[in-house]
Amino acid sequence: MSAIHVTAAVNGDPVEFLCQPEETLLDVLRDRLGLTGTKEGCGTGDCGSCSVTLDGRLVCACLVMGAEAEGRQIGTVEGLADGETLHPLQRKFLEHAALQCGICTPGFLVAAKSLLEKNPDPTEEEVRYWLAGNLCRCTGYDKIVRAVMDTAEEMRNSNAA
Amino acid sequence: MRFEAPETVEAAVALLAGEAGRAYPLSGGTDLLVQMRSGRIAPDLVVDTKRIASLREIAREGGGWRIGAAVSGAEINENADLVADWPGLAHAADVVGSTQVSGRATLAGNLCTASPAADTVPAMAAAGALARIVGPDGRREVPVEDIPVGVQKNALAKGEMIECILLPERGPRGADAYLRFIPRTEMDIAVVGCAVSLSLDEAGTVASARVALGAVAPTVVVVEDGARALVGTALEDGALDALAAACEAACNPIDDKRGTVAFRTEVAGTLARRAARTAYERARDRA
Ligand SMILES: Cc1cc2nc3c(=O)[nH]c(=O)nc-3n(C[C@H](O)[C@H](O)[C@H](O)COP(=O)(O)OP(=O)(O)OC[C@H]3O[C@@H](n4cnc5c(N)ncnc54)[C@H](O)[C@@H]3O)c2cc1C
Ligand code: FES
Ligand code: FES
Repeated sequence: MSAIHVTAAVNGDPVEFLCQPEETLLDVLRDRLGLTGTKEGCGTGDCGSCSVTLDGRLVCACLVMGAEAEGRQIGTVEGLADGETLHPLQRKFLEHAALQCGICTPGFLVAAKSLLEKNPDPTEEEVRYWLAGNLCRCTGYDKIVRAVMDTAEEMRNSNAA
Repeated sequence: MRFEAPETVEAAVALLAGEAGRAYPLSGGTDLLVQMRSGRIAPDLVVDTKRIASLREIAREGGGWRIGAAVSGAEINENADLVADWPGLAHAADVVGSTQVSGRATLAGNLCTASPAADTVPAMAAAGALARIVGPDGRREVPVEDIPVGVQKNALAKGEMIECILLPERGPRGADAYLRFIPRTEMDIAVVGCAVSLSLDEAGTVASARVALGAVAPTVVVVEDGARALVGTALEDGALDALAAACEAACNPIDDKRGTVAFRTEVAGTLARRAARTAYERARDRA
C-alpha cells in the first residue's frame, strides 16, 4: 500500500497530504485535512451534502478521488466567511431560517455560491434546478430557495451601489 | 489498488494493457466511484484520463465535431456552437444527474457504463456518432450503438479505451431532440428515452432521419423502421403514427417499479412523436 503524495490548494491555501488510492476527496478533506464542514450524506452522489468546487466547478467530493486533487484548486464551505464576517449566503440562511438540523447546509451554501457566481440573477426555477442535487430532509426547500433569491438580490444591489 | 494519471494517450493505453489485474479508465467517476463503493467492482488499477490534454478538447473535425472522452456534460453545454448543431445531445448530457454530476459526467463514461437507461446513448446513436477507440493495436472507429453489448457490459477489449466521440457534419437543415420520461422533474433515471435526429431538404421534407430508444431493452435500440417512416414526409399524422408503431414494435422492455412493459411501450411511441416534432421544428428554424 503506497500512499500518494498530493499537493493542492484548499480555499486558496496550499495543502499537502498523503492519501491511499481508494480515498475520496471527501475522505481527504475530513480525515486528513480536518475540514469537517463538508458533510457525508450518501457517499454516492445523490445528496449533495459533500458539494465542493474543483477548479471552480461544483462537484460531489464523494465522487472525486483524493489523488485527483493534485495541482487543483478546491473550494469548501470553510472558504465562504471572511474571518468573522459571514458570506451573504450564510447570513441570509440564518435570517430565513433556511436550516434545521444543518447537515445539508454546507452543501447548499457551496452549491448556491457557485450558482450566483455563474448567474447573479437566477429565476426561482433556475435556483431549484441548480440545487436539485442537494437534498434536505428538514426544511422543505422553500426557505432555502428564498434565502438564495434574497442573497442574489442583495449582492446585485451592493455591486450596483 | 494503484492510481495513475498519465498525460498521453499512449501512456494510458500502456498502463491499461500492462495491468495484470482489473484496470479501469476514470473519466468523471460518477459511475466508477459509486461502483467501487458498493463493492461491485474492485479495481487493481484506475487510470485517470483527465490530464490528457486532447481528451479534454471539443474541436471541429471533418465538418463535424470531436468531443474528447474526458469532456463533461457541463462543458458540452457551455459550447454554444456545439449546442446549436446538436441541441438534443447537449440536452441529454445536461439531464444526467444534478449540476454536480453533469459537471463531471462524460459521454464516454455514460457509454462504457452500459446502463440500459443511459441518457446520452440514444442521443449519440440517433446522431450517428462514432466512438474512436484506442488500444494496444492502434485505433478504430465504431458506431456508438455497438459499444454497449449487454447490461453493464461493453465491447472494449483489454487495454482499450475511448479517445473521443465523433459527431458527423450537421448540415444546414438538420437538428436533433432527446426526450425522456421520468416521474420527477430532475435527478431521476429514464423510464424511457427517445432521440430523433433528422435533416430536411429545401422544401421541408425529411431527407434523412435516425431514431433511437433507451431503457426499453438491455441496450440502446436504433429503430430503422421508425426512421424510414419519417423520410419523404413533412411529419404528417400518418408518418408520426408509423413512427410510433415502429418504436412500439422495437421495444423489449422489463417490468419493474419504474414502469410496466405496456407503459414503457406506449411511452416510447409518444416520446418518439414529440421528439420527431421538436427535431423537425428545430431543423426548420435553422434553415
Ligand atoms: C446521482 C447520480 C445521478 C445520475 N443520473 C444519471 C442520469 O440521469 N442519466 C444517466 O444516463 N446517468 C446518470 N448517472 C450515471 C452517470 O453519471 C453517467 O453514466 C455518466 O455519464 C458516467 O460518466 P463518467 O464520466 O462519470 O464515467 P466514469 O464513472 O468515469 O466511468 C464509467 C465507466 O466507464 C469506464 N470509462 C470511463 N471513461 C472511459 C473511456 N474513456 N474509455 C473506456 N471506458 C471508460 C469506466 O472505467 C467505468 O467503467 C447518475 C449518477 C449519479 C451518481
Ligand atoms: S455524500 Fe456526496 S453526494 Fe451524498
Ligand atoms: S436542515 Fe436538516 S437536512 Fe437540511
